[in-house]
Amino acid sequence: MSSASATAPTAVPRPRGGGRHRDLRRFLLRRLGTGLVLCVGITLVAFVVTHLVPGDPAAANLGQRAIGDPAAVRAFRHQYGLDRPLPMQYLLYLSQLLHGNLGISEQSHRPVLTDLAEYVPATIELALFAIVLSLVIGVGLGIVAAVFRDRWPDQVIRVVSLSGVSMPIFWVALVAFYLLFFKLGWLPGGGRLDPTQTAPAHLTGLFTIDALVHGQWALLWSALRHLVLPGLVLAIFTVGMLTRFTRASMLEIMGNDYVRAARLKGLPEHVVVLRHVLRPALVSIITVAGVAFGNLLSGTVLVENIFAWPGVGQYAYHSAVNLDLPAIMGVSLFVALVYIVVNLAVDLLYGVIDPRIRLS
Amino acid sequence: MDRSPADAVTAAGRRRWLRPLTPLPWRRPLALAGLSVIGAWAVIAIFAPLIAPQNPLSQKFTILVGPSAAHWFGTDELGRDVFSRVLFGARITLPLAVILVIAAMIIGSLVGGIAGFFGGWVDNVLMRLADLVFAFPGIILALAIAAALGPQLRNAVIAVVMVSWPSYARLVRSLVLSARSAQYVIASRLLGSSGLRVLFVDIRPNAAGPVLVLAALDVGNAVLLLSGLSFLGLGAQPPTAEWGAMVAEGAQNFNDWWVGLFPGLAILTVVLAFNFIGDSLRDLLDPRTARAVRL
Repeated sequence: MSSASATAPTAVPRPRGGGRHRDLRRFLLRRLGTGLVLCVGITLVAFVVTHLVPGDPAAANLGQRAIGDPAAVRAFRHQYGLDRPLPMQYLLYLSQLLHGNLGISEQSHRPVLTDLAEYVPATIELALFAIVLSLVIGVGLGIVAAVFRDRWPDQVIRVVSLSGVSMPIFWVALVAFYLLFFKLGWLPGGGRLDPTQTAPAHLTGLFTIDALVHGQWALLWSALRHLVLPGLVLAIFTVGMLTRFTRASMLEIMGNDYVRAARLKGLPEHVVVLRHVLRPALVSIITVAGVAFGNLLSGTVLVENIFAWPGVGQYAYHSAVNLDLPAIMGVSLFVALVYIVVNLAVDLLYGVIDPRIRLS
Repeated sequence: MDRSPADAVTAAGRRRWLRPLTPLPWRRPLALAGLSVIGAWAVIAIFAPLIAPQNPLSQKFTILVGPSAAHWFGTDELGRDVFSRVLFGARITLPLAVILVIAAMIIGSLVGGIAGFFGGWVDNVLMRLADLVFAFPGIILALAIAAALGPQLRNAVIAVVMVSWPSYARLVRSLVLSARSAQYVIASRLLGSSGLRVLFVDIRPNAAGPVLVLAALDVGNAVLLLSGLSFLGLGAQPPTAEWGAMVAEGAQNFNDWWVGLFPGLAILTVVLAFNFIGDSLRDLLDPRTARAVRL
């Protein structure tokens, strides 16, 4: 479905003999090319959106008194290159980008790259946790719904999954925060660790992984507990999405003759469902999972704000509200990179799930 | 957020949308439930001034009082009646949801129609643009647009439209592409119709069904995105009684759960109802799932 379908490979019988590695290399190279184009395109969209509008970054970032001082405004505009023609500004940005310079955030006064390096791991950890959660719950519920099609478990799951995609995530976050943290105290309310704890030595920036590698079990436990609430909330939408999609694609495959044949030759039902139906269905399920990952990133903007999760979502929000242009561009680049990596991962997984699929 | 329905709708609608729709929704409990809820909210929106016990903006000294006989949903930090504010919120969300989706539908259909019909570089440029917008997580782009235009409800609406047109463009493009070689289009061309006439007079009515289904599936997402922007302070501004902004007020007083709970429930019911309707419509039009559902 959706964005990934445009690039979905078709099943072509694999020729005998070598050439597979060359194919893979060519595929990766072409992907790199389109990825670069996409990065440029996305920065261009972000650039146009943030520049061709009445909002004035000087007004957003200078104080009340400085804005009244033409010299200060001029200095500000000069410092960030805002006094040059727009196409020049964009080319300047691109050439800086080639040197690994994403500019200085107008808010934190630090290089955007430094900011991103600090915030990206937190978001990646949260999003990975949520996507794993969504896959486990969503695909599980989808299988049950398909097996019990039109009977009561299917109806219940249908309502649950429809509710999942209908909930305002910021509201769910608040309700969960109120109930599970404030009233019941089962889970920590915000942040990545307890205030008294210090982060594990930096390795990946994902606290769970770092703590695991260093054998800091208490820290690992705390990091996991802090992940549960925002992760669950974030996953609600994608669970609904994956459930509905898993059900639909399983039902489609169940109608095939080879499934009936598998049943007729006496295979136990769970073997039929898991091996003959789920496996081919997985091809389209992971396509949707790729789309779902993009949705999770959207969700982080709302969820991170509520759970004080120091990630890119909050950074995106603050930079957008303050019209911090270099930061917005940096976030856009991050988004583009995630999109490219996720699509690549989905494409490579096709080959793992269905060996008939060749990447070309 | 969910933009996937576009492609699912394509194959379905092309063949089946001509079937009469009217008698069928009544046999589907979910569609019926969805229609009733939307109907109820529409009535509330129209008659809000008559139904609401209080003026949604009038402030009193009874601040943050829990739900009671006098204030069914309690009062907020300024002593305003949350129940009345929730009712009045329907007057903002429902019309905007319809406007949003219609605007996205028109823009997307025009872009997709032109791309599909003219092909070549026009198609390439337009669809690559659609892909770019599509690749962006909706709320991040909407956030940037809304922030750049300035925090106002109108600008949030513009932002949501600007991120939601690509799914319509893709759908309409694929419909136009498949119609281009259809007999009736060729016949029309042979009769001397101009390209635009073929596009608007011959192809448009045939594409209408799937596009409407996509719109029905999309309304919920538009409502979620718009209220999300308001929640972040980039949409409706105080003291407007808008649901997303009201949830944000609840976030500031989350000790007093009623301030944020009820407006959020309102959003949930509206979005859920639209999704019930959209889902049933899709089932109806999709021959693959239609068989799975007993009629």
